[in-house]
Amino acid sequence: MGKALGVEAKSVPAPDEDAATISVMAARRALARSSIDPGEIGAIFVGSESHPYAVKPTATIVSAAIGATPVMTGADLEFACKAGTAGFQSCLGLVNSDDGQIPIRCALAIGADTSQGAPGNALEYSASAGGVAFIVGREDVIAEVGLTMSYTTDTPDFWRREGMKYPSHAERFTGVPAYFKHVEMGARQIMERMGTKASDYDYAVFHQPNGKFPLKISKSLGFNREQILAGLWTPRIGNTYSASMMMGLAGILDVARPGEKILAVSYGSGAGSDGFHLEVTDLISEYPRSKAPLVSEAAANGIEIDYATYSKFRKKLKMEGE
Amino acid sequence: MAVARHWRNQDQRYNLAGTRCKVCGGHFFPKTSMCPSCHRRSLGKLERFQFSGNGTISSFTIIHEGMPQYSSQVPYVIAYIDLEEGDHIIGQIVDSEPSEVEIGKKVEMVFRKLSEEGRSGTIQYGFKFRLTP
Repeated sequence: MGKALGVEAKSVPAPDEDAATISVMAARRALARSSIDPGEIGAIFVGSESHPYAVKPTATIVSAAIGATPVMTGADLEFACKAGTAGFQSCLGLVNSDDGQIPIRCALAIGADTSQGAPGNALEYSASAGGVAFIVGREDVIAEVGLTMSYTTDTPDFWRREGMKYPSHAERFTGVPAYFKHVEMGARQIMERMGTKASDYDYAVFHQPNGKFPLKISKSLGFNREQILAGLWTPRIGNTYSASMMMGLAGILDVARPGEKILAVSYGSGAGSDGFHLEVTDLISEYPRSKAPLVSEAAANGIEIDYATYSKFRKKLKMEGE
Repeated sequence: MAVARHWRNQDQRYNLAGTRCKVCGGHFFPKTSMCPSCHRRSLGKLERFQFSGNGTISSFTIIHEGMPQYSSQVPYVIAYIDLEEGDHIIGQIVDSEPSEVEIGKKVEMVFRKLSEEGRSGTIQYGFKFRLTP
């Protein structure tokens, strides 16, 4: 199954980790690389399909844990695997608005998940855990967003009903009318509006539900393997859901140089895609990457566990007293 | 009642917030209303201080029969840690096998789930530690 999906390994959260703890760690690492006072952060959006509470924001936990409270706003977002980039877009809107109307100069967009797949289901091979945080602002920018556009339809390819532990998916239906259509349209409308073609980009990253879909979509859009390799992480850590495309983008920013162009397209079942055209600025040369682990370092820092331990960690086994 | 008690401890648990005495420069965890060295002289001269979370293991024990909420984590390590800025703290060491933990090894703070009030109650978060890579 792992070979069929193109996934060699997946990350698993420890028993004391959830989307909130992962969000906090991602936010703290983002701040470690920045000179921003947490009190300057005016908004925090946390995108996830595995928020620990049904009612009570993950965003407030993150806010308190990084010292951003109280003069700020925050919210939890849900749109399957693209909730993190929906938050990214919301941050862009806020920080680029008129100062007099919305005085927010800096915001935090987080995508984090500890997703589950039912035992034996194909999703169990790929659903993993991870988180990424981007600081969005107008000063000291290392990558400028030139354009962001979304493509959204009502397509029921993957869902989880209220109260259900595991999600369901529509088997092969999740491919062509869902992932491929939305990612392709999301990418094409960005390139059309920007007047760019695949060869104009140094890097491209697409949502990675498995290791094969991003390879297939990138090929059909005209991108070669070299352009997507830096952002391709699902084969090594699984599908981190809301963090998936953002993880790829973070991996690209770990190696990107001034002037390079990036096309990034997320995908969320249900369904929609968020596309971004980014250009790396000269400030990336001074960006203190070493103050937090690179994606490659974090991905290499794992401990291999067996299925019994995995089952215990993910509460698939009922323990004594439960 | 438990919700309010945990909420009052959020700053120290989330951010390792303690106290600094402006008279002697000492750092204390948890927060204190009087410096144990300067006593009355410290009144009105204490300020919030956020520890970096970096420290060194000075002692530890391995728990094999833990509390019910930690049953999925046994065996786990509880360590006595000398914080970089001063004072000591007791915390769980995560993300490593107990056999990797040794006195003198450096640790850093991580943010983790500490406990939860049953399946419908609140979740408590706060500091734990892991070996510094």
